[in-house]
Amino acid sequence: MAERIATIASRVGLHARPASIFAEAAAEQPVEVTIALEGEAPEEALDASSILSLMGLGAEHGTKVVLRAEGDGADAALDALVAILETDHDAE
Amino acid sequence: MSEPIQHDDARTFAGVGVSAGRVIGSVKRMPDPVAPPADGDPIAGGATVEEESERLKQATQAVAATLKERASKATGDAADVLKATALMASDRTLLKSATKLVASGTSAESAIWEAADAVATQLAALGGYMAERATDVLDVRSRIVAELRGVPAPGIPDADEPFVLWAVDLAPADTATLDPAKVLALVTSDGGPQSHTAIIARSLGLPAIVAATETTALADGDVVFVDGINGTVTRNPGDAEARLAEAYASRTELPAFDGSGSLADGHPVPLLSNVGSGEDAAAAAAAGAEGVGLLRTEFCFLGRDQEPGHEEQVAAYRAVFDAFGGRKVVVRTLDAGADKPLPFLTDDSEPNPALGVRGYRTDTATPGVLARQLAAIAEAADGSEADVWTMAPMISTPAEAARFAALCAEAGLKTPGVMVEVPSAAVLARQLTAEVDFASIGTNDLTQYTMAADRQLGALAELNDPWQPAVLHLIKATADGGAAAGGDGSPKPVGVCGEAAADPALAVVLVGLGVATLSMNRRALPAVAAILKTVTLDDARRIASLALAAGSAGQAKESVRAQLPDLETFGL
Repeated sequence: MAERIATIASRVGLHARPASIFAEAAAEQPVEVTIALEGEAPEEALDASSILSLMGLGAEHGTKVVLRAEGDGADAALDALVAILETDHDAE
Repeated sequence: MSEPIQHDDARTFAGVGVSAGRVIGSVKRMPDPVAPPADGDPIAGGATVEEESERLKQATQAVAATLKERASKATGDAADVLKATALMASDRTLLKSATKLVASGTSAESAIWEAADAVATQLAALGGYMAERATDVLDVRSRIVAELRGVPAPGIPDADEPFVLWAVDLAPADTATLDPAKVLALVTSDGGPQSHTAIIARSLGLPAIVAATETTALADGDVVFVDGINGTVTRNPGDAEARLAEAYASRTELPAFDGSGSLADGHPVPLLSNVGSGEDAAAAAAAGAEGVGLLRTEFCFLGRDQEPGHEEQVAAYRAVFDAFGGRKVVVRTLDAGADKPLPFLTDDSEPNPALGVRGYRTDTATPGVLARQLAAIAEAADGSEADVWTMAPMISTPAEAARFAALCAEAGLKTPGVMVEVPSAAVLARQLTAEVDFASIGTNDLTQYTMAADRQLGALAELNDPWQPAVLHLIKATADGGAAAGGDGSPKPVGVCGEAAADPALAVVLVGLGVATLSMNRRALPAVAAILKTVTLDDARRIASLALAAGSAGQAKESVRAQLPDLETFGL
């Protein structure tokens, strides 16, 4: 099981636009990726490609989240997704 | 627009024109709202769980594809929101929980309804921005159910070509999503001149007809001529209508308002704006408004369980005063009751709230709120450059006017006034204005009370028209009363702050009747200013006497419009 911790960079948190970008990218990965707030049990983790789950996390700017994935390409997938979370998309 | 015109089936439907303009276009009907499926409704028609799950999946994908397609054509924030809603429609977590319900025998419609409800409730609990997104989830849910039922998606229809929107009536939520680039005109079978449809049409400058009862017969794709000036809709229009629409399309663009209202002879008619918040006030100032003729203070109070505190009120009023430093701001004290109930102030069990304890009258039933509001207005006025005037709504007798003036004096407010909305106030205007410094006529309520016709009832739209000569006579009585109350000194000024002031033809009549200032939605300023510039004070008086002599609202409007050729030039 590969695991990464990322800090939400968007100033508005995981709102509609950053959540859309992230959910789409998660859906494109070859492996299933989950997302949870840091400190939450792995069983509580949600589907990272679900925009509704992402918005329901209530992650604000600076919130730490844990991404997890298993199988071939898991590490590369997580690296790509961490990069997206740590970019402030509202500044673009 | 380029559809062939058929002459054999022309038919004209009558309604009430609430926003000028003449266009020809094809009709799109606003779909009926999606009715909720029965709770736990079972899978119908012997379909298997697998077939039902597949049907649900197909519907979510179809809705996602439509929204994605719309997102690709939109720009900016609208594109972001549409893209996010498209993702919501095909959301795997949502589909998974709905599919689980289908597996237990629930129909696809009922399953997605329930699953989305759970998500929306969760988002609403997060509050703020996320709570607003809960509305998007519910919208997506309605779209999926409409898709499953094979009926049109709810909300304002989408089309590549601009169209004439037909609806029973529009709610505020519909008007928020109305794209003025896609909608040519609005036609409703219900609603009246003060309905949301009318207000949004005027603010967007779209031709609009309301209370056109028989237009329920119009179908999608019908070509119609919408005449917002005469209040008619003609199906299958002919050459005459085509010429009128062309004339409107080639109208002269209105010049921007230069910030100084006056007649052709230089007689000044200050043009002010009606505002309902600090933001609104800044926009009105930018549009050239010479002041605020009506500050609706309800924005501080509505949707509250408790009276807002002193500091909060001071800050809210100050924001408006700051936008109009050095200019006049007329504050209306809290106008609760009737269509604006407040839990701490009004009694919702009244059998007839329009004739109940509302406006100034709430101070007798619940003393204190008004005095505290006046204290907040006084403090906000003290620290600002604005010339603050204060008036009470729903004043009916000179004694009430006197008492309000005394309350203002106690609070340290120097210019007290009254609104004239109740016919008794217009009839006794001289005695009433003698007690205060000014009066402002609220034509919406004055019309409703003079004609005994509920503002909200589409069926009474014809009566509920400020062009009714009886209403014009009461406006004249008020202006005359204000002039007489001044005695040898200067007359007590009488203004108008209702929707009537935003109608350029009626504005000329009002000035002719002796009204000193006009206050309106800021978007009406250019049209009213341009038409006032075409008449002298003598012209306005002569035109007003034509309206007073008319036997009906229609006749008054027609005879006045015939005197103002520039209305046609500007397509008003």
